[in-house]
Formats: sequence, C-alpha cells, structure tokens
Amino acid sequence: MQSLRTGYLTGAALGVLWSFTMAVTVAVAMSFATGDGFRPGIIGFILAGLICGAGSVLVGRWGAVALGVALYALLTFVGLPPVRAEAELLHVVLTALFGGAALGLGMAAITGGLPSSALTRHEFEAAVIRFLTGFGYVFFTAIVVIPFYVMVMTSLKSQQALLQNPLDFSLDLSRGWGLFDSYRELLTKYNFGRYLMTSFFISVLTVLITLAFSIPGAYAVARLRFRGRTMMSRSVLLIYMVPMIVLALPIYIGFSMAGLRNTLFGIVMIYPVTTIPVALYMLQGYFRGLPAEVEEAGLMDGLSRLAVIWKITLPLSLPALASVSLYVFMIAWNEFLLAFMLLDDPSKFTLTRGIASLNSSEIPRQHLMAGAVIATVPIMALFLGLERFMTRGLTAGSVKG
Amino acid sequence: MSSAPTSAPQPPRGRGPLARREARLAWQLLAPTLAAVSLVVILPLLAIFWISFKPVTLADLRPPAPVVRESLRGSGDKMRIEYSLRNSSQDQTVSGVVLTDTLPDSLSFNGQPEAPCVADGPAITCDFGDIEGGFRTRVAIPVTGQGDEDALEAAAEGSEPTITGTAPNILTNLNFSLKNFARVFDGSEFWRVLGVTLFYTFFGTAGALVVGLFAALLLDRSFKGQGILRGLYLFPYVAPVIAVAFTWVTLFDPFSGSANALLIRMGVSEGAINFFGERPLALIMVTLFEVWRYFPLSFLFILARMQSIDTDMYEAADMDGASPFQKFRYLSLPQLLGILSVLFLLRFIWTFNKFDDIFLLTGGNAGTRVLTVSVYEQAFDLANIGAGAAVAVVIFLCLTIFSIFFFHVMSREEGL
Repeated sequence: MQSLRTGYLTGAALGVLWSFTMAVTVAVAMSFATGDGFRPGIIGFILAGLICGAGSVLVGRWGAVALGVALYALLTFVGLPPVRAEAELLHVVLTALFGGAALGLGMAAITGGLPSSALTRHEFEAAVIRFLTGFGYVFFTAIVVIPFYVMVMTSLKSQQALLQNPLDFSLDLSRGWGLFDSYRELLTKYNFGRYLMTSFFISVLTVLITLAFSIPGAYAVARLRFRGRTMMSRSVLLIYMVPMIVLALPIYIGFSMAGLRNTLFGIVMIYPVTTIPVALYMLQGYFRGLPAEVEEAGLMDGLSRLAVIWKITLPLSLPALASVSLYVFMIAWNEFLLAFMLLDDPSKFTLTRGIASLNSSEIPRQHLMAGAVIATVPIMALFLGLERFMTRGLTAGSVKG
Repeated sequence: MSSAPTSAPQPPRGRGPLARREARLAWQLLAPTLAAVSLVVILPLLAIFWISFKPVTLADLRPPAPVVRESLRGSGDKMRIEYSLRNSSQDQTVSGVVLTDTLPDSLSFNGQPEAPCVADGPAITCDFGDIEGGFRTRVAIPVTGQGDEDALEAAAEGSEPTITGTAPNILTNLNFSLKNFARVFDGSEFWRVLGVTLFYTFFGTAGALVVGLFAALLLDRSFKGQGILRGLYLFPYVAPVIAVAFTWVTLFDPFSGSANALLIRMGVSEGAINFFGERPLALIMVTLFEVWRYFPLSFLFILARMQSIDTDMYEAADMDGASPFQKFRYLSLPQLLGILSVLFLLRFIWTFNKFDDIFLLTGGNAGTRVLTVSVYEQAFDLANIGAGAAVAVVIFLCLTIFSIFFFHVMSREEGL
C-alpha cells in the first residue's frame, strides 16, 4: 500500500475517476445543449485519465490543460474518443475542447503540488479530498440544475418538437415571441393571472395573520413566567409533528358541512393555523436572545407590557420577523394538499391548485411546465433577493418540509 | 411597614400578586393561539378518532333531508301553488317533516288547500310526518291573485318555504363499530403499505442526511461564489413541490422523457424505462426524489453547526499531525453527532407524514402506496371516509411513539 502511494500512481488513479466524471458531464451537457447523441467512450476516457492524471503531476496548470486537450484530440482522431459524438464536426471539436480542458483543469487542481515520488498520508488524503470536492461540485450542480433546466426549456418548446427528440432543448429563436406561447395561453385561456393574484393575496394574508397570533404567544413563552411554560414551548413542537393529511380529513368534513369548502375564506382561515406553531417556535427563540434589560428599562419608565412589545421588542426583532414572514410566505405559496382538497371551483384556485388541474392528458406537457415555472419564479426571486433572511429563517426553527 | 418584624426576615414564599399578574398576561397573550390551534388541531384530532369508529362514506357527508320546490301554475280559476317534495336519500327515512310558507300579499286562498296542508291566515302549514327513502309527492294550494301573472309568479316563488325534518345522522349518533379497523388490517395489504412506508421513510431520511452532510462539507470553506452555490443548492427545497414533482415526472417519462432518451443514446439501457410505473423502481425513484428535495435542509443545519465548531481543535489536531480524514472522523463527526441524530429523528417523523410528494409522483401506484396516501385513497377514491380515518389513527399512533422517543433523545442532546 505504502509503495503504491506515489505521485504518478495516485495521479493516474484519480485521473481515471475524474476523467469518467468529466466524460459523463460533457456527454450529458452536450446532449442537453444540442440534442445529438453523446456517450462516454470507455477505453478513451480511461486512457485519457491515466495519462493526463500521471502527467499532471509533472506539468503545471496550463500544461495539464494543454495535455488534456491534446489527449482528447488525439484519441478522437484515432477512433477511441473519450466522448463519442454522433454529431456534426463543430460539435465534435467543441466536445474535445471542453472535455480536454475540463479534464486538464480538474487534474491540475487535484494533483497540484504533488511530488512524483512517494506521498505522505497527508498529501495522499488531501489529493483524494480535492477529487471528492470537485466531484461534489459537479454532482450537486448537475442534480439541482438539470430538473430546473428541463422545466424551463420544456415550457418553451412545442408539442411535436418535444415528442420528436426529447433531448433537444435548443431553442428555435426564429419563433421569436412565439416561444412564450404556453405562457400566453396560460395567462389568457387558463386564468393563471387570477391564480397568481389569489395565491399572492392568500400568502400575504397568511403571513399577517400568523404574525398577529404568534408574536404575542412567542413573547409570552419567551419572557413571561407562568406555570406550564416549558410544557407550552414543547407542545408547540409536538403540534408541528401532526401530519397534515390526518387533519385534512376532518377539516374537509367540517368545511363540507359548514359550507366553507370552495371558499377562499376557508383557506385563509386554515393556512395560518398550520404556520402559527412554527412561527411561534422561531420567534420565541429569537426573543429569548434579546437582552431583557432593555425591556426592563422600558417597564421602569412606565410603559405597559404591550407597549414594551410594540415599542422595544418588535423593532429589535425586525430581522427575525423578516425571516419568519418569508418562511411563512413560502409555506403558504407552496401549499398543495389543502388547496387540492378544499377547492373545486376553477374561479377560486390558488396557483398550486391551478397547476394540478393542468395535469391531464388533454393538456400539453409544455403548459404544465409553464405553470410550474410561473409558480416557481416568484418564490425563487424572493428567495434569491432575501437569501440571507431565508437561510436564517430556515435554520432558526424549522426542519419541516 | 409599621410594625417591626418579630423574627428574622424571610424571603417571600409562593406567588405574589406581581407573579400572578404576569401569568395572567401570559395566558392572555397565548389565548388567541391556543384557541386557533385547538380549533384546527385538537378538534379535528378528536373528530378523526370519532369517525374512525363509524362506517361513514363520502355520501353520508350530506345527511338525508327533505327537499322542496315551489312553483305557481295555471291561471285564472286553476291558479295554484305547487310544492313538490322529495327525500334526498334513497334509503333513509326522514321523520317529522313539516313545511311552512307564507302567501305573498298579492295572492289569497281559493278554497281549501290539499291535505295535509292547512291554511291559517296567510300562512300554510303542511305536516307530512315521516317520509321514507325515495319518497316524492306534490301538493297543490289553489289560490287567486290580481295583476300580472309574471309578477305573481315572482312573488309566490320569492317567498321561500321553510322545511324541517330530522334524519339519523351517522356522524353524530352513538353507534360505533370496529369495521373500519377490521377493514384496514384485513389481509396483507396493510403490512405491505407499512413496509413501503418504513422503507421510504428510512432511506429517504438517511439519504437526505448523508447527501446533506456531503454538501455541507463541500461548502464549509470560504471561496468566491460560496453564497451563490449555497443558494443554488437550496432550490429543490424552496420550489413548490408541485412544480418539481411534475418536472421529475416529465423528465422521467417513458415516452417523451429526456432521461430515457439520454440513457438510450448513451447505451446504458436498451429500451425506455418506466421509472415511476414499475416495481420496485418506482419506490426507489420516490425515495430518491425525497433525498433530492430535502438534502438542502440537512445541509443547512449541518453547515450551521459546522461553522460553530471551534477552530482551535483543528489547529491542535494539525499540530499533532492528524490527517484530513482523521480530523473528520475523530473531530468533526463526534461534534456533529448531536445535530445529526436530532435531524434524523425530526426528518424521520416528517418524512413519515409526507403526502404530497408521492401523491404527485405516482399517486400511490406501482408499489409506492404509503400510509398517508392510503388515507386519501380510502377516503376519496374509495369514498370510505371511516376507513381513511382509521388509517389516519394508525398514523397518529405511530407518530406518538416516534415523538415520545424523539423527546427522550432531545432532552439529552442540546436541542434545536
């Protein structure tokens, strides 16, 4: 084992693994970009990996890149391509260029600074970790980006194009604004503009009602002493564990009997209650962290408790309120089960319920995907704009999905 | 204080008026939340226990009731108000059915109303007694009126008749049966569903945790673009479940899905694979979806914990010559064990409760029916609300066991 840990051998072994990763990545990326067939060639990528991996120990970064590109070009020329392409010449050249550069760059980063002779355990493990890191970035980016890429691109395609070649996501730019036909149809024929408004109003109302209920509750649990305080903060978490489907059934029955089914009033009544426990839990954690002295000073100066909450605690906890609001907004915006069970009238659908109604064999796939994009874009925009609050909000008290 | 204390001063015992006032305020602040929660959580929970012991079907949600329609017919001497009455149920009796109505001013009686109706001033009362299932009848009240016939008709039909009658309501009577539970536990179906649920829950949770740990290790360093990558890796969790679930279905569609096209082009598979339609592949796919959708959460929590680990320890380990893997194995992992176990238990419970994902991906077909989907299927597809409630009770009991275990563990770990 010890004798095997030389720079060359480690480089070659990691090179084969990295070469495989890159060959698959380039093949998938090129397939999705052009719609042609690309597949990793086994002998090709093993050879490329072995040579480039071992060689990268000797040459610097740009040397490794040059080596990778040269290997790809050579192997493709002799008929053992690392990525086999059934495509036009330009795409073959691009594949060799991208593949070789990615292989070389990656290997240079992985084996950079390794001596060619025997390695210490540190050097060996560090190289393995660098490989795993590179692999991880590629892997995670791929699994996150591919579904969203497919979602957006499918929504821009026409039905025949989709059936003809499901891999071809290249855009037919000559269609101009016609690319957005699915969206136009959803907004005009399927009432999606209205669903957007409904979802937005319901989510905002849910946030407001949730805050109105949970702020006083959270303050009481966090600051005031009373019997049953620990029990209270625990049962909040417990309620949070009750599955929605268990509650949805009696709610459905109750709403059917009370005539609240198919009304947005019923939805606005029920959504906040599902979010109050988590909001209360998150807020009480934050309130506990605030210095009590400031509030006591306020009390000494003659403010009542409620005035203290309003004038001191709330202004101090604005960031937490933002986090909680965002999180609650996200829950309400994404909520599906209750909307699906309680709303049957197309004029009262929320966005998620509207998308569910698009899932039928009569409605083309790209409409469904366009609906998905319409529902995803606002929440993503909000999320990216306020990512810092969101991350904090998510970690503050919720592990729920 | 006027009189000097006779003994050494004692600290006050018990709860003084201030403490009582504070407690009262606390309960007042909590009251709205408590009321709302008990209305929407505790009450439905009790209801579900109640319903699970009753053979209720979807049709029973509308209890049998008498239905009446009023119309003004004929003209001149033949003018009459007709009430057509029927029982909304085909098989259940409604008892004590009484119809009452008032004639509008523009109409007056023209002779005696048909039995069983009697006139009293402008008021009409008809006592039908008990009506059987499927009963329908029609009674005529001869009337006369002056003026435009359309106006008369509008006036007659404008005064809605009121009708009362009581029917046995299966939801509120006191007959209980264990039929629902017998049905749920009958045969091997239940145990298969439970097995699928446990597989999905365990591997979905563990997978999300392991993948999340890997992602956290990747991002636990500062480099340019770290924030962007962190945001990007959260996408699967933040996007609406319905959008991403349908995207997966589209992506893995056997006929027009890109994944199949890709696999065939790459020579990995011969023909199209029906990812969400074959056993046991469908179960593996929904579990993978669960891992994909929820790894961001585990990764956020693990990353938060990692960044709070003291760096001194790692420096000490470096001095002692620990290798990178040793540092992870002997330093990071023990530090993370607490958050990992809490996360595992919480996620386990919530994955167990998950409904939307599987419902949207496969609808519970192809061997992916979990308990929660089973509730929906029994209650709505098979229209047997009682059986659905019985499954819901089983879920709730499982959950209680998990929660007890969870709080037991959590009181040991410094918690979330």
